[in-house]
Amino acid sequence: MDTELILMQLFSGVALGAILVLTALGLSIIFGMLGVVNFAHGALFMVGAYAGLWVASLTGSFWWGLLVAPVMIGLFGMLIEYLLVRPLYGRSIDDPLLLTFGLSYVLVEGVRIVFGSDGIPFPTPSSLTGVVDLGVGFFPIYRIFVVGVVVIVVLLLWLGLEKTRFGLIVRAGARDPTMMRVLGVDISKVWLLVFGLGVGLASLGGVLSGPMRSVNPEMGALVLAEAFVVTVIGGLGSLLGSIIAGLVVGIVISMTALFAPEMATIVMFALMALVLLIRPQGLFGKLA
Amino acid sequence: MTDSIRNITRTNISRRRALAGLGAGASLVAMPWIARAADDTIRIGFPTPLTGPFAAEAKDQVKSAELAVKQFNDKGGINGRKIELLVRDDKLNGGEAATRTLELIEKDKVHAVVGSLSSAVQLAVNEVTRARGVIYVSISQSDTINEVKDFSKYTFHEALNPHMTAGAVARHSFKKGAKVAHLAADYAYGHEMLRGFKRAQAEIGAETVGEILHPFGAADYSTFMPRLRSMRPDFLCISNFGRDQANSIKQAVDFGLKQQAKIVVPVILHNQRLAVGPEVFEGVVGGANYYWGLESQLPSAKVFNDAYRAANGGAIPTDYGAYGYTGLSSLLMAMQVAGGTDTDKVIAALEALKYDVAKGPQSYRKCDHQSVQSVLVLESQKKADMKSDADLFKVVANEPASEKVLRGCTELGFPA
Amino acid sequence: MTSPAFAAPMPSSVRKPARLKSLVTTYRVPLSIIALCLLPWLLPSKALAVNVLVYGVVAVGYNLLFGYTGLLSFGHAAFVGAGAYITGIAIGQFGVPWYAAVLLGVFGGGLLAFAIGALSTRTRGIYFSMVTLALAQLVYYVALQASSWTGGENGLRGFTVNKINLLGYDVNFLDPVNKYYVLMTFAALALWIVSRILNSPFGAAIEAIRENERRASTCGYNVERTKLLSFTLSGTICALGGTMSALHLAFVPLDSLHYHASGMIVMMTLLGGASSFFGPFVGALVFLVMEDVFSLWTSHWQIIVGSIFVLFVLFLPKGIWGTFLARVMR
Repeated sequence: MDTELILMQLFSGVALGAILVLTALGLSIIFGMLGVVNFAHGALFMVGAYAGLWVASLTGSFWWGLLVAPVMIGLFGMLIEYLLVRPLYGRSIDDPLLLTFGLSYVLVEGVRIVFGSDGIPFPTPSSLTGVVDLGVGFFPIYRIFVVGVVVIVVLLLWLGLEKTRFGLIVRAGARDPTMMRVLGVDISKVWLLVFGLGVGLASLGGVLSGPMRSVNPEMGALVLAEAFVVTVIGGLGSLLGSIIAGLVVGIVISMTALFAPEMATIVMFALMALVLLIRPQGLFGKLA
Repeated sequence: MTDSIRNITRTNISRRRALAGLGAGASLVAMPWIARAADDTIRIGFPTPLTGPFAAEAKDQVKSAELAVKQFNDKGGINGRKIELLVRDDKLNGGEAATRTLELIEKDKVHAVVGSLSSAVQLAVNEVTRARGVIYVSISQSDTINEVKDFSKYTFHEALNPHMTAGAVARHSFKKGAKVAHLAADYAYGHEMLRGFKRAQAEIGAETVGEILHPFGAADYSTFMPRLRSMRPDFLCISNFGRDQANSIKQAVDFGLKQQAKIVVPVILHNQRLAVGPEVFEGVVGGANYYWGLESQLPSAKVFNDAYRAANGGAIPTDYGAYGYTGLSSLLMAMQVAGGTDTDKVIAALEALKYDVAKGPQSYRKCDHQSVQSVLVLESQKKADMKSDADLFKVVANEPASEKVLRGCTELGFPA
Repeated sequence: MTSPAFAAPMPSSVRKPARLKSLVTTYRVPLSIIALCLLPWLLPSKALAVNVLVYGVVAVGYNLLFGYTGLLSFGHAAFVGAGAYITGIAIGQFGVPWYAAVLLGVFGGGLLAFAIGALSTRTRGIYFSMVTLALAQLVYYVALQASSWTGGENGLRGFTVNKINLLGYDVNFLDPVNKYYVLMTFAALALWIVSRILNSPFGAAIEAIRENERRASTCGYNVERTKLLSFTLSGTICALGGTMSALHLAFVPLDSLHYHASGMIVMMTLLGGASSFFGPFVGALVFLVMEDVFSLWTSHWQIIVGSIFVLFVLFLPKGIWGTFLARVMR
């Protein structure tokens, strides 16, 4: 095994990790702030990809799809929160989980009815096609672009949560919603926005994944599992945890792909089991 | 006191209402399964995955099968008996398929079963029909079903098998000394295709420069690409199915592997080509049981296409869809010869049958009941060369039906 | 407190005088046996009725852990699958008689549940769910790879039981009616065992843990051991469901180990109602019948099933049976 290949593999792992971070962020934020385990995350990721495709085909530009679809689906997410999730606050944590589980069935089948059960081509925007020579090997330009977007999104999220008044309210609300109410903050409005943000991030992941994978109604199923693994390894509710876990999982998958390729999927579950058995609250999670 | 009275009334009302509701519900749902009256209709069960990732292929299968049934009914049925097709959703799950097949046999009293779209589903249906002595025409690829361990004298295998398809593609594509890299899904289908390719390579003298087994159902193949590139192959052989095929070809192309190597697949799928577009598939070579474009060379294909177009608003039949037609036609032809549904007579008729309903001459080999048939090798067209939206492939080879391309009966474990 | 084997085991539930309820409670064993006996004649098909038995047992077993102990596992497909695989392998590859194969399947599934339970009960909340999911996926992977034993993705086959010998009589096991009533005895046995477990001091202990783990611990319960025991028992009952399914279909699909299968068990349990003894069984019944009927009617049946599920969580969180008990039976 030459060093060049290992370096290249490492790079692929980091790039894959960035994509995993993107798919996990929405799930992580919604759980961290609202305590809701969103099982429809994968389905919303898929709906996002279809929305992006739809907008792109209407406007003739991938960029409009990338900008408009996450906002559109984010608003749809707010509707879900308002109509379906809100009545469940205060009930057991299992209830929103199960509701979103049922919702994912509805969304997947709904997309099948509207767009058919076949996949639909989602071409890479022409300005981002081709490969770039990294010195140790070639890598698709589009994937490097996605890594860039992830870095920007993570930075914006961090700034938003740590440096703005809204971020302060969100963080305080996650810690003690009752106290926030006492202080006169309309916490339900905050939750509505956070849910919309999480769903918007899921659909951003979907749109960005479109040109890398084929767009089809089942594309969210595996994403859900991946997002869970990353979020749980990182520690539920920890943004930093999700980011580090995403990169770790990406590199572990990539290295496994080199030495034992058939184990490239299962290794992620093995890693999750191992981490939780050693640290039952994940890498950066706090004990309940 | 008032409270308890109110309680009682409310309880009574809701109880009565609930019971009435229950009764209404029960009579509503009881309707569909009132025992069917004994009649002389010939009933054929058709389990296929109407939901899930292969739903489009499944719907094509149903349309093709319905066409075959309609054609026989229009000609007066079999010995005057009408044919009825009972389509069931197997959800691409062996357990579901086994349950649906049990229902078809025990409740609907079907005379034969045709169908399946995955190796596991096909083996599950085979298990149920074998134990109960019901004729089954399987229409999904598998090498396993040919082997003596899973042999059932009631089962006929209409689909191609991995050995045939991979062999045909290899014989057409590889030259002596060619360097071949393999990316195969890590389950029976991938393993069987890989084996088929490697056997053909050994005969041709093409070298394997590396093989990677990938987890099946994977969405991201980026981590396999650097190693595949480092193998510097002339050919990249991708042995997987459905969405896996679409995703892996797309990502191999993204990583620039097409500039380096020719991509070949054992089975090139009509619907996956539609799902990722012509640019990605351009130049990819793969095997197929059927392609509508065959009609320019073959009269039987033209007849089938025309009938299919007429019945489906101008749509063309697809690869896995066509199995529904060829499979059902062969069964109904045999029933016609047998003069009815007597199991032993139909089996004898199927074993002796020579048919050409869409893709040239076909017949079932005696030992394993595998359909001996032609194998097409197709190449995906450049977008500029497509004459219509359906003009996806170019037929680059048509390997004629021959027992020679099958594994020998003794190799499969049958007595010589 | 009302009998936990039947009513919603709310700690504060007070018995209210009601004729129907006391009638049903008194005769619940004969009544449920009559219901089980009638089942195949009321459903669309006998094969479906056996599936209801299988998943009914699985869901009731699962609910021991979920509804009564309060632990949400996403890995119970592993135990159902283990039971099925072990039974199939024992019959098909070792020629073990079917009844011994059932025992082996139940025992093996129970052992696996003990192992996974020992690891996973160390974690809490959603982490527990995720550990069970991950460990069950490892079981799935092992079954996929060990294809010379399990048939891999092609599924396990070659163990059809044609006839069985019952008290000296040969019974044709391919006959759907015979098959149903033989497997019904297993199901009835499983229901009886679970009912006994819940009525025992152990039943009180697991409910105490569900209500308040710390308080239970202070009261002197060994929380860790009780959770593990509950997990193991629950997995063992599910394994019995698995062996029944193996005998029924003569086929074990690899999908039976996938986390989607675990999710389906959770859905059935909730649909029927996790807070009642029969709820999960009713959930399995309704779920399977819905699937059977709707899938004949439209290929988009998943949208109906999904919507019904959403509506249930929103408006009838106690599930079908739980709501029925609360509304009609009080």
